Amino acid sequence: MRRIFLCLLLIFAAPAWAQDLQTVLDANRDQIEKPSRQTIGPVINEIAASGDGAVAFLEAWADRRIGMAEDGRFAIIDGEAAIDAVTGAAVTGDVKALRPNSGVRGLIAAALVPALLADPDISRRRAALDALGRDATAEHLPALRASLDDPDPGLAARKARLERLLTIRFDPDPAARVAAIKGFSGDTSTDLQAALNPLLASSRIAATELPADANVLQQLSVGSDLTRDEAYRLLVDAGLARPRLSDAEQKAALAANLVDGQVGNIPVANLDSPDARDRAYRALAAAGTVPPAASAEDVDAALDSYVFADVYVEPSAEVTDAARATLNGLVFRERAQQGVDLTLDALSLASIYFLAAIGLAITFGVMGVINMAHGEFIMMGAYTGYVAQTFIANKTASLIVALPAAFIVTALAGIVLYRLVIRHLMHRPLETLLATFGVSIALQQLAKNIFGTQARPLTAPDWLGGSIGWGEIVSISTIRVAIFVLALLFLCMFLYITKRTRMGLNMRAVTQNPGMAASMGINPDRVAMLTFGLGSGIAGIAGVAIGLFAQVTSELGQGYIVQSFMTVVVGGVGNILGTLAGAAMIGGLQKGIEVLNPANTLAAQTWMILFIIIFIQFRPRGIFPTRGRFVEG
Amino acid sequence: MSDLLEVSGISKSFDGFKAINNLSFSIAEAELRAIIGPNGAGKTTFMDIVTGKTRPDEGQVRWGELSRSLLRMSEAQIAREGIGRKFQRPTVFEDQSVADNLTMALKAPRGAFSVLFWKAGKASRARVEELAAEVGLAEHLNRKAGELSHGQKQWLEIGMLLAQEPRLLLVDEPAAGMTLAEREQTTTLLKRLAETRAVVVVEHDMEFVRRLNCKVTVLHQGAVLAEGSLDHVSANPDVIEVYLGR
Amino acid sequence: MLIRKYPSVLIFLAVLAVFTLIVTIMSQAYGTGAIPTSTIKLFGKTLCLALAALAMDVVWGYAGILSLGHMAFFALGGYMIGMWLMYARTEEIVTATLANAPIPPTPIEVQEGIAGQIFGVVGSTDLPLAWSFAGSLQIQLLLVLLVPGIFALLFGWLAFRSRVNGVYLSILTQAMTLALALWLFQNDSGFRGNNGLSGLQNIPGLTDLPQSTISIWFLWASALALGVTYVLASWLVSGKFGSVIRAIRDDEARVRFLGYSVEGYKLFIFTLTAMICAIAGALYYPQAGIINPAELAPIASIYLAVWVAIGGRGRLYGAVIGAIFVSLLSSWFTGGKAPDVNLGFYTINWVDWWQVLLGVAFVLVTLFAPRGLSSIIDAVAGLRHPMRRGKDLGPDLGALREKEAEA
Repeated sequence: MRRIFLCLLLIFAAPAWAQDLQTVLDANRDQIEKPSRQTIGPVINEIAASGDGAVAFLEAWADRRIGMAEDGRFAIIDGEAAIDAVTGAAVTGDVKALRPNSGVRGLIAAALVPALLADPDISRRRAALDALGRDATAEHLPALRASLDDPDPGLAARKARLERLLTIRFDPDPAARVAAIKGFSGDTSTDLQAALNPLLASSRIAATELPADANVLQQLSVGSDLTRDEAYRLLVDAGLARPRLSDAEQKAALAANLVDGQVGNIPVANLDSPDARDRAYRALAAAGTVPPAASAEDVDAALDSYVFADVYVEPSAEVTDAARATLNGLVFRERAQQGVDLTLDALSLASIYFLAAIGLAITFGVMGVINMAHGEFIMMGAYTGYVAQTFIANKTASLIVALPAAFIVTALAGIVLYRLVIRHLMHRPLETLLATFGVSIALQQLAKNIFGTQARPLTAPDWLGGSIGWGEIVSISTIRVAIFVLALLFLCMFLYITKRTRMGLNMRAVTQNPGMAASMGINPDRVAMLTFGLGSGIAGIAGVAIGLFAQVTSELGQGYIVQSFMTVVVGGVGNILGTLAGAAMIGGLQKGIEVLNPANTLAAQTWMILFIIIFIQFRPRGIFPTRGRFVEG
Repeated sequence: MSDLLEVSGISKSFDGFKAINNLSFSIAEAELRAIIGPNGAGKTTFMDIVTGKTRPDEGQVRWGELSRSLLRMSEAQIAREGIGRKFQRPTVFEDQSVADNLTMALKAPRGAFSVLFWKAGKASRARVEELAAEVGLAEHLNRKAGELSHGQKQWLEIGMLLAQEPRLLLVDEPAAGMTLAEREQTTTLLKRLAETRAVVVVEHDMEFVRRLNCKVTVLHQGAVLAEGSLDHVSANPDVIEVYLGR
Repeated sequence: MLIRKYPSVLIFLAVLAVFTLIVTIMSQAYGTGAIPTSTIKLFGKTLCLALAALAMDVVWGYAGILSLGHMAFFALGGYMIGMWLMYARTEEIVTATLANAPIPPTPIEVQEGIAGQIFGVVGSTDLPLAWSFAGSLQIQLLLVLLVPGIFALLFGWLAFRSRVNGVYLSILTQAMTLALALWLFQNDSGFRGNNGLSGLQNIPGLTDLPQSTISIWFLWASALALGVTYVLASWLVSGKFGSVIRAIRDDEARVRFLGYSVEGYKLFIFTLTAMICAIAGALYYPQAGIINPAELAPIASIYLAVWVAIGGRGRLYGAVIGAIFVSLLSSWFTGGKAPDVNLGFYTINWVDWWQVLLGVAFVLVTLFAPRGLSSIIDAVAGLRHPMRRGKDLGPDLGALREKEAEA
């Protein structure tokens, strides 16, 4: 097989009438001097076939380094010096550089490919292969096939692959192309898609009847597959029917033929309906003032007498079928990868919601205290991170300082809020909601007054800057992984504190029965205060984490507060695992809806909230309801 | 005599704890019945089920001449059917006057629009005064209920029950927190009420039950342990074991 | 009966009438011109806010439902009337422009012109389906009531049916508001995205009238709406119906055992107050001139609750006083008219510090003066709160607190 191609190549590259370079150049002097894209092709081929010096000449020509010496010889310019293009002798005197246009240079470069593919220098071979991968024509296929036997195994493999791809595109034999396409099944690379997609290109045609040999994608019925207007426009574009008059054109024509306040004997004042305008135009057309326009009946007749179809440009049905099958497989694989990507996205969004909500899960979920200033605690944490960065230049060190600092700052703020406000409204959640809202607007304005209204940067250290990826599509930024890990860490910490420590035991005792706990020697007020401080402190840490990828503004927390409450409520109040499930559900849902309408995150949020409202209808107490006899009712 | 309320084979469990276990119970149209039982016997849950607050896992609750199921009805519908409930602690609307409390309870259409256009007439005012007099609150008609003493609140609540004119009254520990004289009065009232309607009294106090002198149902672990006159059930060895033994 | 039970109704109506009269006499259109038109608009808008606060007081102060979504209904009302204002005004302009063309326009051309004018800003030239009736004032006025009403009915039915109450209901209403705002923020939802509706102060058909006259008309309309609603609300909360909803606020389980369908009453109140808010919004936004989705931000509804709380919840006049007091004070402070306070080391600029003051003041009111501003009126009237040793008047979350109640 290869031998046959080799023979072909020889026939192509070195025709029997091959002449040496000098002869060819002399014979085509005018053409070379002023090349035109349309006619230069044969000349370039002749030069390429002329043996020694041809490659050097063509390369120099493509680089615009060929000049014409005063005596009419072609010279290769090398900086200031120049040498004879055929003999290599130095040329003296003035050399006028030729300036072939880019089209011509493209042809030259293409002609060079066969020679370069077989070049002894591996880097030139690689460059030629790269060029071929980007832009190949049918002529290159034989050349590539001739050079498949590459001494470098890596390059040989690439050549073999490219040969298969070019076979798909350019081989005249449909069977060979089908075989090549099928050989690629399971491959997901983009160059394969680039090779396959053009095969499935189709064009929309209108004809009285479909040509027998047409490779039809689908026949179109007017009205369902395409509108009547589209169909008629197709006929007009193909010159098969007279154009209809657009409303604007009609109006302009009528206005142009306004005589004595009348158009075609119809008073202007009456021309305020499409019917009247049609009548006026017909009158004008009958009088010969304007060309007649296609009437509705004309359109009907024309549409009836033609059939419409999408027809593959590729004539061979086997090829298109094979290409479609392979592409479908590709699409499926891609979907799967996107699915993985989406899951990761949803997971990272869920961990953000979880982080934002976990503090709330403690204060609202466990203690039943609703804290509208929770969002502002998140904001305070983020600003603490920002302040830490202004003092400590090293990003990693500042982050290490910022996390505990944010915890302390917001925990203290939480304790102060508890002592001053919440303690006095213990059994009045609605009043707590409103009072903490007052705190929230005050804190927001304070932050504005201190830090200004513009966003403050909170830069992540470099080791958090990159991304972790698997394959071409799936990748996730390191910072999101870090947030996921942080969320997990918090979950474990929370579970540890509530289930394994004295503090957790007291906490549970106080939340379940404060009176009983008090009689056991636990100070419920103190425990509640510490619990509130813990929840607030976690909000601060969440603030640092969120600040790393979001803009730190005084409104940072506000964007999370409703979602955080939703997370806690959906998950089931008083249950940290419920919060986790709620975050997973809300994050997953939002990403899932975004896939359906990727351009519109607002719509995704709207639908998500609607979904939650409906969800609460069916599970008013969340995914994991708090159980017990006294809960009901 | 046909049964007014017939509860058959109901069960209800809360997270594995069987609060009611295959309980059957019935009461006639005009009958006084006392339900006794130790704590956790399922007395409150039983009343919750009858009044629609809690849905049983299985079983039937049938009501009235047509033996309609109460299980699909809401609390409000059941109340409109004629089942009144008095809670253990007095629950009156403390921000409103005694008259308002009684007016709200008066038997009248309960829909939002009919209430909106409802006007206090001569009849309704007279009825409210009559009820207030009956429960000894005639002097306090315009006082806020929140200002009444504990006992007065109990009476107000009983007054509200009477205003509802229920066919079945469920009374949860009426004697709690009452003086001896008030107990006497309550006993008389309950007995009188039971002449025209069914009354179920849930009570701890044996002395009070003895005074009621009626059929007694003993609940234990969510099921009926014994039924009969007080003397009959107190002779029952199972009952003795539940109350004294262990 | 109503007057006897609520003598404050007469006082309120008298004060409102005197206020309106004085403003009219001092207006540019009908009087001395001592009050500039912008201030009259501010008064008119404040009356609308008071109307919304009145509705909020009925739903929260009397029925105990802390809705954080009533400003959404307010804005929806504004959107509904804004659609007509904008459509009809654009229609006038487009018709006038097309009238200069040699050929008279077809109805379709006019409509396309209007759609292009209104929606060009969001890159669309089609009139959305929601605007089908925008050309008709009667239908849009009906929609002012119907759209928020049906919306509230649907939402309330879902929420009350599953017995969501207390804090959960508040959060749910807040989420509803957020969802609505986010939806309106989209360009393709058919309400011009974050551009909102603008030019609403130009009343179609009244383009020859100066704004000074129109502003007085709207002040009258707002005062009338407030007065009528005040009487309606007083009637609503005075009779047996009021008794029932206050009972629901304090102890809804008990009301259920009395045979009242608590859900039905809540739904009735929720929907009715939503419609009152919608009317308030429909009067407010033509005076404000512009409406955009930011008006629906959840925070706006919380402000409504703040006004009611500062005024004193559970008292109709309290809500009105609170709304008027806080919103006038707010525009005074944020308008830069309040004098700065020089502390020596720092100058307090009230534009920056008003929000802080408001927040702190609100916390203090909630903590120490649950009756808010109306405690002043109560002191004058000699009312005392009951001594209940800190206990509330009922077991429900919305129940009145000791200090909120009258003895």
